[in-house]
Amino acid sequence: MSPFLAVVRRDLLIARRQGGGSMLAVAFFVVVAALFPFAVGADPATLRRVAPGVIWVSALLATLLSLDRLFQADFEDGSLDVLALSPQPLFFTVLAKVLAHWLVVGLPLVIASPLVGILLNLPIEAFPALVAATLIGTPALSLVGAIGAALTAGIRRGGVLVPLLVLPLYIPTLIFGVAATADPAHATEPLMLLGAVSLVSLVLAPLASAAALRLALE
Amino acid sequence: MPNAGIIGLTVDTLTCRRGEHEVFAGLSCGVRPGGVLYLRGPNGAGKSSLLRILAGFIAPAAGSVGWDGEDVAADPQAHRARLHYVGHLDTLKPVLTAAENLSTQAAMLQEKAYVDTALRRFGLANLRDLPARFLSAGQRRRLALARLAAVPRPLWLLDEPTVALDAASAERLEILIAEHRATGGMAVIATHTDMNLPGAQTLLLEARQRVVAP
Repeated sequence: MSPFLAVVRRDLLIARRQGGGSMLAVAFFVVVAALFPFAVGADPATLRRVAPGVIWVSALLATLLSLDRLFQADFEDGSLDVLALSPQPLFFTVLAKVLAHWLVVGLPLVIASPLVGILLNLPIEAFPALVAATLIGTPALSLVGAIGAALTAGIRRGGVLVPLLVLPLYIPTLIFGVAATADPAHATEPLMLLGAVSLVSLVLAPLASAAALRLALE
Repeated sequence: MPNAGIIGLTVDTLTCRRGEHEVFAGLSCGVRPGGVLYLRGPNGAGKSSLLRILAGFIAPAAGSVGWDGEDVAADPQAHRARLHYVGHLDTLKPVLTAAENLSTQAAMLQEKAYVDTALRRFGLANLRDLPARFLSAGQRRRLALARLAAVPRPLWLLDEPTVALDAASAERLEILIAEHRATGGMAVIATHTDMNLPGAQTLLLEARQRVVAP
């Protein structure tokens, strides 16, 4: 087994043993979205109009929920030292941890997104675009989030800083994700831009996270 | 390159700065294959900082660390892949069993690992399926040290490895280090207690550093 797969397998095993990671994110996602009919009123036309925005903001918040522990747990128990001595560059170790985070948190959000769509009276023809957009966009949420998690890994109570650091960086994903979901007839262009955001994050986020983790190792 | 042709680990006029504070300056020492270097000195003398510099976690303010005559800064990735660092923290996940903790660590360090042998070497074979949260402090320590035996690497950097170990476990560690040295391995050990390692050199870290003969 390559060190990359070893890191993915380890994080998935820990998530499974600790339990609740996926369920917590999905429950949070659904509960936050379900608050909106109470807040803006249950008028179907209003809900239909706000649904794409609400789904995406809820997904961003649900992703943030578990992000602060992504590297902090490894920093606190010394595992970061072991990860850093792996024969693969730290870039790939970060990427492996992000992949595990996406499998635990991002993918369940993709699967749960149609349910939230139903709750918010999203038109049926928008569902394929919604699933495609969350599938393409949620990796960017995990990737960009890793930067905030790495920067705060060595800071006591640094978890509270993660949303402040990360949420502004989520804006491009939010804009293109909502655009693809709100106008399913013209979803191709925003979906491609969403893919571009994810691809750029795929290269830059592990680079930035690895640099931040090196500082935490000092 | 002043250390060209020297085999093993060399430290050349190393200076360590933590914030504004200079921990030590102009430190030179070395370990040859089969050698052990004790780091001794009062708390705050820089033993742990030196170990973390040797591991490549901290960049030295001045000076260099060499391996077989080459500056390790030229290829930090290769350097990190040839060493073990066992610090104060136990690097264990409480939800994983003893065997899972060791095998996941070993798999991240190297494709082929000797997990069962390593557990046996530290008397942990009968605890292999016990979650790490139920282990005692000494057992946790032994499990952290077991990765030395699970993944062979030539350079061991140990920060007070005998803390929380009973006499029998400390002896197990000494035997493991002796075997490691017999195959040309090296160890740098920060410790306050006496270990039974014949021929080990001692580096005293204080106001003025010097290498003391065994």
